[in-house]
Amino acid sequence: MRVVHHPILGDLPKVRQVKIWVDGKEITAHKGEPIAAAIAAAGIKIHRYTTKREEPRGVFCGIGQCTDCVMIVNGVPNVRTCITPVTEGITVETQHGAGRGGR
Amino acid sequence: MREVDLAVVGAGPAGLTAAIEGAKRGCRTVVLDMNPRPGGQLIKQIHRFFGSREHRAGTRGIEIADSLFHEAASAGVEVMVEAEVYAIHDSTLEVVAQTNEDSLVLLSEEATTSRSRPLSIAARRIILATGGAENALNFAGWTLPGVMGAGAAQTMINLWRVLPGKKILMVGAGNVGLIISYQLIQAGGEMVAVIEATSRIGGYGVHAAKISRAGVPILTSHTIISASGESRVERAVIAKVDASWRIVSGSEQELEVDTICIAVGLHPNARLASLAECELCYSPSLGGWVPIHNSRMETTISGIYIAGDLSGVEEASTALEEGRLAGICAAASLGKERAGDYDDIKAIEGRLLGLRSGPFCQHRQDAKQELIGIGEAQCPKQ
Repeated sequence: MRVVHHPILGDLPKVRQVKIWVDGKEITAHKGEPIAAAIAAAGIKIHRYTTKREEPRGVFCGIGQCTDCVMIVNGVPNVRTCITPVTEGITVETQHGAGRGGR
Repeated sequence: MREVDLAVVGAGPAGLTAAIEGAKRGCRTVVLDMNPRPGGQLIKQIHRFFGSREHRAGTRGIEIADSLFHEAASAGVEVMVEAEVYAIHDSTLEVVAQTNEDSLVLLSEEATTSRSRPLSIAARRIILATGGAENALNFAGWTLPGVMGAGAAQTMINLWRVLPGKKILMVGAGNVGLIISYQLIQAGGEMVAVIEATSRIGGYGVHAAKISRAGVPILTSHTIISASGESRVERAVIAKVDASWRIVSGSEQELEVDTICIAVGLHPNARLASLAECELCYSPSLGGWVPIHNSRMETTISGIYIAGDLSGVEEASTALEEGRLAGICAAASLGKERAGDYDDIKAIEGRLLGLRSGPFCQHRQDAKQELIGIGEAQCPKQ
């Protein structure tokens, strides 16, 4: 959910929108924001499943330290989505395990 | 290879002030930061700071970040964003950073990660100001999506303007837990409760009062037992703890929440310092493993200095002062002294002593003195 109105920060400024593809679905993102913010705004919480127990993981630290939020971006696995900005047309996929064999 | 006098890692309050002091003394200075904007965690601090005028009380963190960056830029500091330092070779003090071609000069809103390339910088002195990292808390279900650091939630709402959830439980009633709870309310979230395992609220009364006035219960002597849900947080179970930290049976209650924020302290982010083979020591009052440093902020590795939360988790005000101290001392070690340095250092030490006094802070002053004592014995002599 976007924070459109804010008592200190004011209204959300108009920014350029870009389209990204998340597990095959088109999502509208704000230019410059990290992938994690774009997919959180779209209500997506699960970024990956762990290798051994296939447990779901999402954003934990939000600043690139913990690597819990990694996904497959443009075919590259283990991309930290909380610090990787969206760009027009990128594909983002839920990662399973170490994401080897990502396209 | 690029050559500089001073390479600073981290563009938060400590790194920027360190760079400013170095550049003012004629050091060719570069600051490297992995984030797209300088300012460290200040850029998420939308509340007014406390304390004295000289520590910019009454100013919001975001404004402090802006003014520090402009001060650095006008002092001739080069700030590189989206530049993540991943190696330091101690023989030459070579910094290896992964950076973006467009990021050499800053505030490029067009910056992307698509053209990143490695970069080596030979630095005569390095100041590490890599900040802190949030502590995790282990309970059943703590890895479920929806459990996150309070700082992660703060980054989401104040920087990216996205609410991570609708119904939120905050674990920890220190200043971080209290302030971020209020900011989550400002962003439109519903705070279900703030729980605190100790018997008293750890943060300032004024922050607690704000969220109490908003109708959010602050439950002291309460801990979290579990988080559960179908692949994401849907509920939390909390319970009372007694004076010996045992769960009071029968006191469990279930809360319907979709987000659980963890605000149980921070630790020094000593990864890079550790990689550079700086010796660490364990100091509970300073947040855990912290690089040993002397009174000049130099570590056990000659030429590598530290400042800010990396040298002990404290506050932005202390980071601003320590950064200046490290910058002045690193410059002096290169022969770039300035008349008045001695007085400046004494003034900084006096202000740090002030920031570390009082019933809540004296333990940090004691821990810092102990750390510096070890540092004076183990760190290289000037």
